[in-house]
Amino acid sequence: MLIKIRPDQIDIPLSSEITPQQIYAGRRAFMGQMAAGALAGGALLGAGSAAAQSTGGNGRKLPARLNNAYAVMDKPTAYQDATSYNNYYEFGTDKAEPARTAGTLKTNPWSVSIEGEVKKPMTLDLDALMKLAPLEERIYRLRCVEGWSMVIPWIGYSLSALIKKADPTGAAKYVEFVTLADKKQMPGLSDPILNWPYTEGLRLDEANHPLALLTLGMYGEVLPNQNGAPVRVIVPWKYGFKSAKSIVKIRFLKEQPKTAWSVYAPNEYGFYSNVNPEVDHPRWSQASERRIGEDGFFARKRKTLMFNGYNDVAGLYTGMDLKRYF
Amino acid sequence: MIAIKDLSTQRVRQLRHFIFVLALLPLVRLVVFAFLDRLGANPIEFITRNTGDWALYFLVGTLAITPLRRLTGWNWLVRLRRMSGLYAFFYVFLHFTVFFWLDHFFDLQEMWHDIIKRPFITVGMATFVLLIPLALTSNNAMVRYLGGKRWQWLHRLTYVIVPLGVLHFWWVKAGKNLLFQPIVFASIVTALLLVRVLSQKNRQRFLMVLGWGNADGHAVKERK
Repeated sequence: MLIKIRPDQIDIPLSSEITPQQIYAGRRAFMGQMAAGALAGGALLGAGSAAAQSTGGNGRKLPARLNNAYAVMDKPTAYQDATSYNNYYEFGTDKAEPARTAGTLKTNPWSVSIEGEVKKPMTLDLDALMKLAPLEERIYRLRCVEGWSMVIPWIGYSLSALIKKADPTGAAKYVEFVTLADKKQMPGLSDPILNWPYTEGLRLDEANHPLALLTLGMYGEVLPNQNGAPVRVIVPWKYGFKSAKSIVKIRFLKEQPKTAWSVYAPNEYGFYSNVNPEVDHPRWSQASERRIGEDGFFARKRKTLMFNGYNDVAGLYTGMDLKRYF
Repeated sequence: MIAIKDLSTQRVRQLRHFIFVLALLPLVRLVVFAFLDRLGANPIEFITRNTGDWALYFLVGTLAITPLRRLTGWNWLVRLRRMSGLYAFFYVFLHFTVFFWLDHFFDLQEMWHDIIKRPFITVGMATFVLLIPLALTSNNAMVRYLGGKRWQWLHRLTYVIVPLGVLHFWWVKAGKNLLFQPIVFASIVTALLLVRVLSQKNRQRFLMVLGWGNADGHAVKERK
């Protein structure tokens, strides 16, 4: 696929803004040392060094070529933070829980069935998904509806590659992602918080936008379970909950599908849920966000950008009142 | 049981000192964890929630003292009530400070906008504001100055404040459909308030029904 990007859309930072990785990765270790020095407590010292930064996991490596056209220059979030602060209710409602409990998720064998308004319904196993298109690394901003954000190097390819293979019929207008709901693997399902399985959806043209990423890995490795292994989507211009995890079914539909959070609270979580600083959540402002691990304790929150900074997608919503279709 | 029931003034004072230190531990923990970078990926969220949780524990704890005293006959419990209430205020104050400082950076206009626009913040603010006069009138001098009756009337605000605190918590959690904890708190507070309603109108019979007292039981006597 040819990716066209106008020069003015490329976010080029000043060289002075780029902090070498070893320096920012060492920030926490440095803070830990400071604290240990200040407190001068032997027992506390051990705990401090335990918090020192890890920059990678122990997962299986997943080689991919960095796609510079889709790599924001923001500092990537520490692996430790991105894998220990997760909203994945199937594994518990506390954000620290999925990292502890998602070990029960069995990601192999795995298959995704492609159904609905397609000329070629099919079932793809993980191997087929891995080989469907060349794997790229893309560094995206991730903005959670709760008001925090991260920057994550994902691995995958444009969802459009899979859509092309499935070959939707002319009647297909929407794509629905159905995720795994297995009580044996997912302790959180015993809580009827949402209508399991968790489902999400996109308009077909949104799903076909090259930014929409079928995602198989992050930080150079396969996805950790708590981040939605083995296959998920990443829709970087929308709030994080739109990016469904652990997908087992992709359905092409004529009608707009019901999506998990919008069913629970239609006035709070819309179908579109584009990142939009102008449209507040009923209970908090969306005008600003806290960048995890970077915006320090006493730093002001940063301004949230329209479409999370991905203005490239604006054309998808020409003529739409985004306050109404939030 | 006798020993616990009739603690000496000396023992109660020791107990109070002990609880005073114990109740500071949540704050100490936050400070230590902050220095050690152990507050997780989103430290400010952690601090906000943690101080809010402790505020709620102390609010409910304060409300529980009188029913507990009646239930057990441990009259010295009432001598822990002021400290419990003040700790509730202390943690609410910290909770508010995080909101005002780390969330809004002292931007009064932005904060005011948040307070009037969002019911859960309105209610949270109301909880905090209503606690201020109670905290200010918590010392013996103020009790004397106001006179027992008026002081008691003022401090009955607690019956409004605690449910407001629970409502604030409920609405925070409702956005993510996490109602288990709010239901627990709401049930406890409802029970604690109900005990009072029933006990004032029809205490004797109520206690007998529950088997907590009898026609001339101690719980009845102690109220004069």
